[in-house]
Amino acid sequence: MTSLAARVVVERPTGFRLDAEVAVEPGEVLAVLGPNAAGKTTVLRAVAGLVPLTAGRVSVGGEVWDDPATGAWRDVADRAAGLVFQDYRLFPHLSALDNVAFGARARGSRRRTARAAAAGWLERVGLADVARRRPAELSGGQAQRVALARALAADPAVLLLDEPLSALDARTRLELRGDLRRHLTGFAGPSLVVTHDALDAFVLADRVAVLEAGRVVQTGRPVDVARRPATEYVARLVGLNLYRGRASATSTAGGGRVDLDGGGTLVAASGGPGEGMPAGARVLVAVPPSAVTLHAAHPPAGSPRNVWRGTVTGVELLTDRVRVAVAGAPPALADITPAALAELRLEPGSEVWLSAKATETAAYPDPAEPLEPKSAQRLEPKSL
Amino acid sequence: MAVAFLLLPLAGLMLRAPWRGLPDLLAEPAVREALRVSLVSATLATLFSLLLGVPLAWVLARTSWPGLSVLRALVTLPLVLPPVVGGVALLLALGRRGIAGRYLDAWFGVTLPFTTAGVVVAETFVAMPFLVVTVEGALRSADRGLEEAAATLGSRPLHTFRHVTLPLVAPSLAAGAVLCWARALGEFGATITFAGNFPGTTQTMPLAVYLALERDPDAAIALSLVLLAVSISALVLLRDRWLRAGVAA
Repeated sequence: MTSLAARVVVERPTGFRLDAEVAVEPGEVLAVLGPNAAGKTTVLRAVAGLVPLTAGRVSVGGEVWDDPATGAWRDVADRAAGLVFQDYRLFPHLSALDNVAFGARARGSRRRTARAAAAGWLERVGLADVARRRPAELSGGQAQRVALARALAADPAVLLLDEPLSALDARTRLELRGDLRRHLTGFAGPSLVVTHDALDAFVLADRVAVLEAGRVVQTGRPVDVARRPATEYVARLVGLNLYRGRASATSTAGGGRVDLDGGGTLVAASGGPGEGMPAGARVLVAVPPSAVTLHAAHPPAGSPRNVWRGTVTGVELLTDRVRVAVAGAPPALADITPAALAELRLEPGSEVWLSAKATETAAYPDPAEPLEPKSAQRLEPKSL
Repeated sequence: MAVAFLLLPLAGLMLRAPWRGLPDLLAEPAVREALRVSLVSATLATLFSLLLGVPLAWVLARTSWPGLSVLRALVTLPLVLPPVVGGVALLLALGRRGIAGRYLDAWFGVTLPFTTAGVVVAETFVAMPFLVVTVEGALRSADRGLEEAAATLGSRPLHTFRHVTLPLVAPSLAAGAVLCWARALGEFGATITFAGNFPGTTQTMPLAVYLALERDPDAAIALSLVLLAVSISALVLLRDRWLRAGVAA
């Protein structure tokens, strides 16, 4: 089977530079997760051949589709990468059936053969009963499935999906997410899904690549990205407090002490010298807001190992709990119960004590700054 | 005031119309001949305009090169040029002694002026810009994303143009063709200058109306009514198109 390997370098006159490497095995689903304008869609368009590379290379199953260095180029129509556009781009003058049959017709299949195959695909996405409708007569969810069926019916070597669920309402989204996962699993080639929705990425993909400002800043299994985000952006998406810092030399037995860049110190039960993070190493510390507790006075000594002071800057009621933003060293988001809020009488400006359990505080190496020999040397005098 | 100004002449036409003698007048061979020449040449002119105008509209809408704006100005020139001047220009270009016409005559034995073919040429010259301008606008605003989608499904440019782009601009294409046809049907100046006024070969309805006005005003009115009826049906056809296009969008 074919695998996809691409280093996509695209420069725009605006000065934006995309330089992202993606590799997807046959049958694997890679989600490219990132904020708007990070260059996610450009990655897809470059693989499909709608945007030429400035540098790098796109190859599928060993065949080079684009390589500016050698001048190799394969036309969009010859790549036939199955691209599902964010706005679907169904042909308004054709029925759902003829939309799905379009790929086969374009390659010279007879109308009857193409339609029979298309009917099979519509059946597979559960839309046999709307085959005769025009796109204008389809609901958003139906249009999405027709677009998917159209891409799959063209027998693509790779499947590319651009924000596949973003145009749908929350309910339809929930329904379709599972279906889409099923169709992606059924596709034998590599799939690349671009999304800014962490949930989509974690449910649909086998692996996640986080793209920010044109660069891949983290790659990993969804569970690893969700638990150990490498950037603020992902931390916010998955709802974690994230801090950058250095592993401290004075680590205690039960965990690693981390001196945070923004001031303050946190002790994490996981991580530290015992887990391959020597003193001085760049580390990230993730603390879920639910692990942060607020107190009116210094809490009595107990199991929480991290205690510090702060000032409330914001209070927001979530469905069943209250999220309190606290400025301090370090700043933190804390989730408390409405009862606790009432008891503490918190409002912006209130002085509070924060505590975080070390057992729920995770420290891990900062992938943005790998421990290359050069940086390790630079760090050594400090840690001595 | 403006509405009265627009409606008054039409009302005059209707009031003075010799309704009783109308069937007889229209049955006259000369009238039928003029009508036939008009319809045939306007339809042929529209076909040629489609054949030449659609690719030209595509070039204007989708390509970019230094001379493009000059070309666009040239294309729209017949819209503002007095038709008589167009006729003179055509004579100078395609007449028996014209810069291109002399070779047509010498090599192929083809002479265009004062033939039905000449009428078609004159009408095409004057009416094609209506089609080109309409279709160019439609091509320009057509969704390029759909063409991209077609390409990712393995469709080559020509297939995409035939099966995606053309259907998308079909309403504008129809509107442009009707405008073009109506303009060709009413063409007077360029036709009489380039093709002359021979009954049965180059005498179109507008020419017949003009001539009839001097000899037999009633006949002129009757012929005018026929042209008015044709114009109104063209307008209805257009409105219908536009309405349907509006609903589909």
